[in-house]
Amino acid sequence: MERFVFLTLDGLARGAVYAAFGLALVLIWRGTRVVNFAQGALAVASAYLAYTVTGATGSYWWGLVAALAGGLALGALVELLVMRWAGRAGPLEPVIAALGLVLLIQALLGMVYGNDFHPVDTPFARTALTVRGFDLVSPYDLFVLGAVLTVMLLLAVLFGRTKTGLRMRAAAFAPEVSRLLGVRVGRVLTLGWALAAAVGALAAMLVIPTELGLHPTAMDLVFVSGFTAAVVGGLDSPVGAVVGGLGVGVVLSYVGGYLGSDATPVAVLLLLLTVLLLRPGGLFSTVQARRV
Amino acid sequence: MRPLLEVQGLTAGYGGVPVLDEVDLAIEPATICAVLGANGAGKTTLVRALSGLIRPAAGQVVYDGRNLDGVPVEDRVRLGLAHVPEGRAVVEQLTVDENLRLAVLWRRDRHVRRDLAEVYELFEPLARRRSHLGHQLSGGERQMLALGRALVAGPRLLLLDEPSLGLAPKVIAEILTLLARLRDTTGLTVLLVEQNVRSALSVADRSVVMALGRVTTADVSDATLRHAYLGF
Ligand SMILES: Nc1ncnc2c1ncn2[C@@H]1O[C@H](COP(=O)(O)OP(=O)(O)OP(=O)(O)O)[C@@H](O)[C@H]1O
Ligand SMILES: [Mg+2]
Repeated sequence: MERFVFLTLDGLARGAVYAAFGLALVLIWRGTRVVNFAQGALAVASAYLAYTVTGATGSYWWGLVAALAGGLALGALVELLVMRWAGRAGPLEPVIAALGLVLLIQALLGMVYGNDFHPVDTPFARTALTVRGFDLVSPYDLFVLGAVLTVMLLLAVLFGRTKTGLRMRAAAFAPEVSRLLGVRVGRVLTLGWALAAAVGALAAMLVIPTELGLHPTAMDLVFVSGFTAAVVGGLDSPVGAVVGGLGVGVVLSYVGGYLGSDATPVAVLLLLLTVLLLRPGGLFSTVQARRV
Repeated sequence: MRPLLEVQGLTAGYGGVPVLDEVDLAIEPATICAVLGANGAGKTTLVRALSGLIRPAAGQVVYDGRNLDGVPVEDRVRLGLAHVPEGRAVVEQLTVDENLRLAVLWRRDRHVRRDLAEVYELFEPLARRRSHLGHQLSGGERQMLALGRALVAGPRLLLLDEPSLGLAPKVIAEILTLLARLRDTTGLTVLLVEQNVRSALSVADRSVVMALGRVTTADVSDATLRHAYLGF
């Protein structure tokens, strides 16, 4: 029973990362109808930037700030320099461009930092706190949950309560009408990519220390989990991505805990396939979202 | 008086296929100009070219003495040119209030609140459905919202593409009466695309007929012309 509670809490912390990553995918999908396959590579690039900054300053927190700022900048650049033009060429071009970016970014990171795993420290202990002799949850897992929760709340406020959020929602649902009403849809898209990449960077910062460490391909498997989370949620629904992410995290935690960690990569793929086969529109999709 | 809108030799279309064929048109300020014509004549294409949604291949659009060539859609509304697209393009996933506020986000002046309140006064049913989502509205309510959303930006030239589509005669009459009143009180200029010829002619100061991408006659107020083109 204690093990079950521990695995559940650990799974929720892991799931929070998938939720954040999935949410970033949803942000871009809603705005541009593109699955941003480059999101993992962009997030890793931000994490390398943090690695450099933390190495130079000795502070985890400056590294985190650098990762978020780097994510914002990278996302904006990718939209301005690549996606804007790829999107004009045709519907498939942005996806191909994203895959090209993955290769490019991973190759560049490999050249600059090398292709070894760099272990990364966490700002809080990863050993579980024990309550009456039972392992419960680690301080780092609490930090992960808190960080993701904070970002989600900030995004909810941004989208629900601010002018910028209204512009972003309108531009995602009805770009042409929004332009007729004076919304500079191009700028809104740039902002959307910037925010999504920053959220992706946060996810990378949170998850990489809990795995093998920093490596150009460190986010490949997280991408699959985050994508599964987003698909479970219906790709169109931010709330769906969050719930989907937490669900995927918990399921994988049970699989890893009871069947062994070797089984988790297979489990992620099985989960994704099952969802795609049973509910291609996702569990949270409305009829309308599925038609798109 | 100098026309508020002057279109000269406007040629435009979709993907290289021309639809508009050297259209000339001038609209005086504070008048309602009806644009009539059969389905597929190019009326919507004309309006889309005027608001900048499609780029003309040739010709020019001069608004208030200014050539609009190269002025993006988003900036035309800031110059006072509002376009209500065909089919009441309400953003279905946003509430009535959000739809309206969307149209004034670009404004920096202090009268935004007052103008929003005015639209709610003008369209009572909208005030009662402030927090309803766009897709919950009836056809008539959507048209009110689309129109109110254009008016709240304080336009000088309103481009209306078939506002009567699918509406009850009484609602159509109300909308047209409102347009005539705004023309008389605020000097609003309207380009009114309509299939509903009789009601359009009832408020229009002037009307033109389009066929096959051309303005075939610059005025249908003449009875014989009207009969020839419109059959009544
Ligand atoms: N997006 C498009 N792509 C290609 N051709 C188009 C497009 N929209 C319209 N057309 C063509 O342009 C021509 C004019 O269409 P337009 O919509 O301007 O007509 P309309 O006068 O508004 O007709 P209606 O009264 O039916 O609204 C038609 O032949 C139509 O097939
Ligand atoms: Mg039309």
